[in-house]
Order: sequence, then structure tokens, then C-alpha cells
Amino acid sequence: MEIFLQYDLPSILLGTFAALACGLLGNFLVLRRQALMGDTISHVVLPGIVVGFLVSHNTSSLPMMLGAGAAAVVSVMLIELIRRLGNIESGAAMGVVFTTMFALGVVLLEQTGAAGVHLDVEHALYGNLESALWLEATSLNDLLDWHKLMLLPDEVKQLFVVTLLILIVIVVFYKEFKLTSFDPLLATTLGFSPKIMSLLLIVMVAVAAVAAFTAVGSILVIAMFICPAATARMLTDKLSTQLFISGVVSLLSGVGGYILAAFGPLWLGYDFSVSAAGMIAVTAGALQVLAMLFAPRYGILTRRWQQKHSALAN
Amino acid sequence: MQEFLSAILLSSGYNTALVCIGAAILGAASGAIGVFILLRKRSLVSDAVSHATLPGVVLAFILGEILWGYGRSLPFILAGAAFSSMLGVMAVDAIKTHTRLTEDTAIGTVLSTFFALGMVLLTIVQSMSIAGQAGLEGFLLGATSGMLFSEAVTIAVASMIVGIAIVLRMKEFTLLCFDENFAASSGYNVKWLDRSLLILLVSVVVIGLKTVGLVLIVALAIIPPVAARFWTERVPVLVGISATIGALGSYIGAAISSTAPSLPTGGIIVLILFFLFLVSLLLSPVRGVLAAYIRHRRFQKIVHTRQGLLTIANGQPILEPLTRKLMIKNSYMCGDGRVTDYGFSVAQKMARDQELWNRFKELDPEAAHSLQDWSLRPIEEVLPYDVVSELETGLKPHTV
Repeated sequence: MEIFLQYDLPSILLGTFAALACGLLGNFLVLRRQALMGDTISHVVLPGIVVGFLVSHNTSSLPMMLGAGAAAVVSVMLIELIRRLGNIESGAAMGVVFTTMFALGVVLLEQTGAAGVHLDVEHALYGNLESALWLEATSLNDLLDWHKLMLLPDEVKQLFVVTLLILIVIVVFYKEFKLTSFDPLLATTLGFSPKIMSLLLIVMVAVAAVAAFTAVGSILVIAMFICPAATARMLTDKLSTQLFISGVVSLLSGVGGYILAAFGPLWLGYDFSVSAAGMIAVTAGALQVLAMLFAPRYGILTRRWQQKHSALAN
Repeated sequence: MQEFLSAILLSSGYNTALVCIGAAILGAASGAIGVFILLRKRSLVSDAVSHATLPGVVLAFILGEILWGYGRSLPFILAGAAFSSMLGVMAVDAIKTHTRLTEDTAIGTVLSTFFALGMVLLTIVQSMSIAGQAGLEGFLLGATSGMLFSEAVTIAVASMIVGIAIVLRMKEFTLLCFDENFAASSGYNVKWLDRSLLILLVSVVVIGLKTVGLVLIVALAIIPPVAARFWTERVPVLVGISATIGALGSYIGAAISSTAPSLPTGGIIVLILFFLFLVSLLLSPVRGVLAAYIRHRRFQKIVHTRQGLLTIANGQPILEPLTRKLMIKNSYMCGDGRVTDYGFSVAQKMARDQELWNRFKELDPEAAHSLQDWSLRPIEEVLPYDVVSELETGLKPHTV
């Protein structure tokens, strides 16, 4: 139990909070056909994070957050500028910007020697979920002990706050988000500005991506922006239900993915563990595949089966 | 600097020269294929394609280790990469066509899930504790410094083959991008064409894995065509320019990164490509920002001069600063705002011209509408002599 609390729990918390923060926001990205905005943002923050790290020499610090936020804002503006000036579709404009920003980050990393200290490209992609430790924990009672809880790694506390913040924003602006996502015209006539709402969404996405980025890596961030929301979308038409389902899927992937990564190989008789961030993303992907195939109404196989059935009935 | 010059001039060793040339050919091929991907609005599919290579790369490595005790054979790894990225492309298409999810969601799902699977497999490789597994890391960001001679040759030859295939298929691809229905009705198998376009994309991505790395290889297929768009609208020219930009960027990037091990090839190539994109965006005489600004200024001057002269003809004062400046510069006005005799006479002519235009608009609104872009010019330069004189008879006699 002690080992679980000290080594596994902090990682599970990290993965799950990251999954929840990104998974909930992803619903709106998927509905607005902006799914790749998550992908873009989690790539472009790299140079900002590197610069922030060079300033502060600390992997979980305010300068890094600020640098990442600045990089995200610059990139969103750059994408819009290229789209307008060149009359280029947004996908291509996004492609130009995110590859360039990521390349800049990579070159900065290698040039400044930040690589190998605490930060490198593999870290940026895969994260460092397993390194979260809570060595002060000795028994289950510590979960209720405020002082002991405060000794959890900074990343865990940070992500907890961000997840809570996202939850609050979604609840408070639920109606506005819903209306501007489904019917921007109606929203405008009713006096909600779709522009402000999409700006708020982008800002929230950037905050979630940055907070999750250093802990779990960009690939898990991208997966979590898309897979839980897509899974939920296969299962329901109602936005509130979709949000709930995506939350459950995020939780399931966060906890399940970590357990599979840490103990899966052991159960098969090997004595190693695999990448937890990777396994969480794979679990989310697998859940989405299940939903795409077997969802009660929209699943591919379900539909085939229904067609066959109704053909036979006729 | 010395090293960079010798690398650029292909005189710093046979291997470096070969790597640079291989990168240039690869850049040309991916720039060319990228044009069609851009025109079909599928630029970000290439992102899914490149990320989806990772599980194939790692599985091929593991398989190679198990079968022959040697996993680093480049052709075998590239075959694995091609296989898994084809699977990825098919998955994107399947999700898009068979479920209610949109293409961007499909792309995101495939790229993150496939890449994550690759990550999991990578950690398995690490625990297998095989010597030489470090080579796999090179596929993420590209590494040309340790490239074997045979690998460089493989890359150069494979890019050449892809490039030739693109040139041979150019006409069909152009047709596919602009008029799919016409292509279908004139007997082309559109589905197969679309698929062959994606197969060529996958080949370029796979060939570029070792040089540019799988995270940044998409840039090679996206940035050159977007930059080329600023120079021309014609597809064959677009393909040519895009291929040139791709080749130039990759060549210079590879040369620079060969001078120091801490300069990751993929990153440098992408930054050079972005620089070429910026140059196109700003300086292209066709659609560049600078050219557009100059055109705008010229147009603004014509409009303001015309309006200024009409104001003078009406006997009203000119208050707008830019117009005032233009009037003084052309000596229609003195510095203190008095109108010169010369100014009066030009203004009278302009007023008459405007009257004729107005009359023409009244009599023949449709023709006037179609000539709208020309209506800032003197009317005699645009309309035939007899039409102008006919218009003139309807006006009051010219009084100066």
C-alpha cells in the first residue's frame, strides 16, 4: 500500500487530471471541427516552454507557463495572419505554423544545452508521468491530511487547479458554449459573441495543454483532446450527456491506462513497465474504436446488423 | 562559416555531399506532392501519415531483432513505417466515411493513438536491452550525421523514383484536384488516383523519416506549396516552384546541420523552409504583401488625385491631408492651398470626364458595370471615339 501511495498514486492523479482537463474541453473542439487546434497548440508551446525553462531553470514554474502562453497566442495570431494574407485554408496555415514553432523549440533545446538537463524532445513528446513521487505518504489516512496532501508534486496540484478551473468555466458558460458551438448565427442575434467564446475556448485549451504538457507530454494531450469527446459523440446526441460520458471515458483511460502500463507486462510475466502516457492514450483510442464499432445507434457494426435485420424482416 | 561553405559546395566529404543531395531530391519530391495535397485541402492528413509511422518503425525493429538479431536495417524499418502509415491513412478514411465524426477528429484520433502505440512499443524495446536501440531515437527528429553510405544512397534513389512518378502523373493529379467529376467522366479511376496520391505521400514521408524525422516531415509537404502559392496560380508552375523551394530548403538545412552535431537536421530544414515561406509572403511580386501594399498605394493615389481635382472643379476647399499633398506635389495647388491656373484647367478636364462617365453609366448601366475597374481612367482611353463623341453631344457645350 505504501508503495502504491508513494509511486503509483501521484502518477495516476497526474494522468487522470490531465485526461479530464483535456477531455472535457475536447468536446467543444470536436463539435466546432477544431479538433486539430489541440494538436497545434500542444506543438507550438514548445519554444515558449524552452525559453521559460532557460529563464527559470525549473520544470514546473511560472515563467514556463507564461512562455508557453505567449507562444500559443503568437501562433494563433500567425495562423490567422497567414490564412488571411495568403488566402490559404486553415489546415495548411496551421501546418506551417506548428511545424515551424516545434522546429524552433527543438533547435533551441539542442543549441542551449537545456537538453539532457531536465528537458528534451522525448520528454516533450512522452512526458514524464512516472517520475511523480509522493514519498511522504505512509498510509491511507494521509489522503485526508491537508499537510501531507500539500507535499504532492507541484505538477499534480497545478493540474488539479486547472482541471477545477476548466470544470467551473464549462459549468458557468455552458449555455454560451453550447449555443456558439451549434448555431453561431443565433448566438450572435441573441447577443452572445461567438468570437469571444471561441477566444475563451482557445485560451482554456492553451492553459490545459500547457499544464498537462510538461507532465504527460504532447501526444497524450492531443489524444485526450480528441478521443474521449469523439467516443462520447458516438454514444449520444445530447451535449450534457456527451460531456458526462467524455469525463467518464477520460477517468477510465487515465486510471486504466496507467494500471495497464505499470502492471500489464507483469501480469504477462515480464518484469518491466511500458510508457504510461502512451498506454493512457492507447486505452482512450481503444475505447473510441469500441464506441465507433458498437455504439447503440451510430456504431458501424450496429448499423450493419440493424440493416440486415430490417432487410430480413421485410 | 568555413565548414558551412564547404558543406554547401559539396566539398566536405563524400558522405555529407550525398546526404545533402539526397535531402534536396527528397525536398523536391515532397514539395511537388504537397501541392496536390494542399489543393485537395488535405494538408493535415500528412500529419496523421507521419505520426502513424512510429509503431511500424518500432515493430520492424523488434521483428528484425527477433528474426536476424539485427533490427537496424533501414529498408526493413522503412517498409514497416510504410505499412503502419498506410493503415493510418485507411483508418482516417474509414472513420470519416463510416462514422459521424469529422475528418479533423479522424486525423487527431489516428495520429495520437498510433503515435502513443509507438511510444508503448518503444518502452518495450528499451526493456529488451538491445545494443544499438539508440538509433531509433533518430527517427523522431532526423539525424543525418551518423548516416551510412548505403542509407544515403537508398534515400536519394527512392526520392528520385517518387519524383519521377509525380511528374508522370501530374496531368491526372491536376485534373483530380480541380474537377473530380470531369476526371471521372473522362475515364479516370478517381478513387485509384486519390489513393495513388496518398501512396506517393506515404512514400515521401517514409523516405524522409531518417533525414527529417517523423515529427517534422509534414513540414516538407506543407510549407513549400503554401509558399509557392504566393508566386503563381498555374498548377505546373506551382509544382515547379514548390519543388524548388523544398529542394533548396532541404539542401541548405542539411548542409548547415552537417556542420555541428547539436543542430538537428529536421529542425534546421523546417526553419529554413519557413524563412523561404516568409520571403515569398513578403516579397513575391504576384501575391506578396509588399506588392499588394504598393498596388494599394498606387490605387489610393489615383483615387485621391481624381477626387481632389473634382473638388477643385466644384470650387470647394480640399481638407483631406493626403489629397492636399498630392495636389501640391502635382502643382495643381500652391503650398498655401490656392489653386493654380494649371490646376484649374486639369480640374475642368477631369470634371468633364466624370460627367461623360456618369452619362455613360446612365445610358448603359450594364456596360458601365462591366467596365467598373476602368472608370478611374480618362474616358477616351477606355471607350471608342464615336461613343465618346455621342456622349458629348448630350452634354452642355464645353466651357473653359
